Amino acid sequence: MNWLDWLHTFFTSPARRSGPDSIVHRIAEHLAFSGEALLYSALLAIPLGLLIGYTGRGAVAVTALTGVTRALPTMGLVTLAVLLAGVGKTAVLVPLLALAAPPLLVAAVEGIRGTDPDVRDAARGIGLTHRQVLWQVCLPSALPTLLAGLRTAAVQVIATATVAAYVGLGGLGRYVIDGLATRDFPATVGGALLVVLLAVATQLLFAVLIRYALPPGIRVRSAPKEN
Amino acid sequence: MDGEPLVRWHWLGTHVAYLRDLTLDHAVIALVPVLIALLIAVPLGLACARYPRLYQPLSAVFNVVYALPALAVFVVLIPYTGLATNATVMIPLTCYALAVLLPTTVDGLRSVPEAVRQAATAMGYGPWHRLAAVELPAAVPYLVAGLRVAAVSSISLAAVGALIGKGGLGYLFIDGFQRTFPTPILAGIVLVAVLALVTDLVLVLARRLLAPWAVREKGAAS
Repeated sequence: MNWLDWLHTFFTSPARRSGPDSIVHRIAEHLAFSGEALLYSALLAIPLGLLIGYTGRGAVAVTALTGVTRALPTMGLVTLAVLLAGVGKTAVLVPLLALAAPPLLVAAVEGIRGTDPDVRDAARGIGLTHRQVLWQVCLPSALPTLLAGLRTAAVQVIATATVAAYVGLGGLGRYVIDGLATRDFPATVGGALLVVLLAVATQLLFAVLIRYALPPGIRVRSAPKEN
Repeated sequence: MDGEPLVRWHWLGTHVAYLRDLTLDHAVIALVPVLIALLIAVPLGLACARYPRLYQPLSAVFNVVYALPALAVFVVLIPYTGLATNATVMIPLTCYALAVLLPTTVDGLRSVPEAVRQAATAMGYGPWHRLAAVELPAAVPYLVAGLRVAAVSSISLAAVGALIGKGGLGYLFIDGFQRTFPTPILAGIVLVAVLALVTDLVLVLARRLLAPWAVREKGAAS
């Protein structure tokens, strides 16, 4: 009944060193479908958000939509998707997409709308086209908000992807769920710890990205707030 | 799933009481933690607004807490609080709600302009009177905004508790999945969403009653 003993058992077991149940393989699986879900939601939500943010049309609908999607339980979506589409990648990607797309959409819309209107007018005034204003003026100034949205989405996807193991998919959730089913507490606690570490590492990665990857003119402003 | 309809209306009709009990159970598991978090967030937020040095480390801690996967935390707590107990699910949910509510409380308390604060002092308000009559009311729209986010995500997260035997409506997902029977899963999704929307509506109405001025101001609240 000791935490440290459990973790020791988990991390030193030979089954965790190589093969399909090894820690490295499970982390790779977990990152693979989290990354894929994040990529698709970014491809879907960011262009749409930029458009809505720039034109200002549909912003109210976006707010309403995100309120509703936040209420959708991922577990329900995962189990339903498996019953409808069968065990497979689709069954886990769709619920994760539903989880990640709304915060990204809101971040893109708010980021673009948050651009100083005077700056936008000035950019138009010196002869930039709408396309140039969006790419060269609004997008850089939206970048901090956008990255914060991406961080929220990434962390939530990584944390929630654990649930995918319940319907027979891989990833770190396997340790947690299989361990629960077989009362193998070392596996459960070890798996849980790995998910926590992965989520915190993602958080840190984005903190570094937000600090160092922004254009210099944007960087001086204070850090963006969480959605 | 061959031949099984997406919704068996008959099953819904015969399980009304069951669904109601699960919904009530779910509401308690999900919303009591939000209330507890509120009771902690207000004094803690006051302390943070007064001693800014306290806020930095606390907000860093809660930023990390927010990143923790619910299922993982439930599981890690099991050795201390037991399998399928209220505490195992409600302690993490309280922490998540607190992680949302603390920053919004501090933002709300800080939103009072210095001139307003000085005017209240000049009118003879002591620190406590000013707190009760000026600063806390000013924080209400922020608090309600935070409560809306916290409550809705708590309701959605509580379903995961079903995996460790305590999840209200989440049980419907497990049940439906094990029997390859989509009706309970759909009923669960709809009921979770309805519970979240009703809670959200109640909070919006509460804000209208407690802070009628905030309805006219855009930006602060929504």
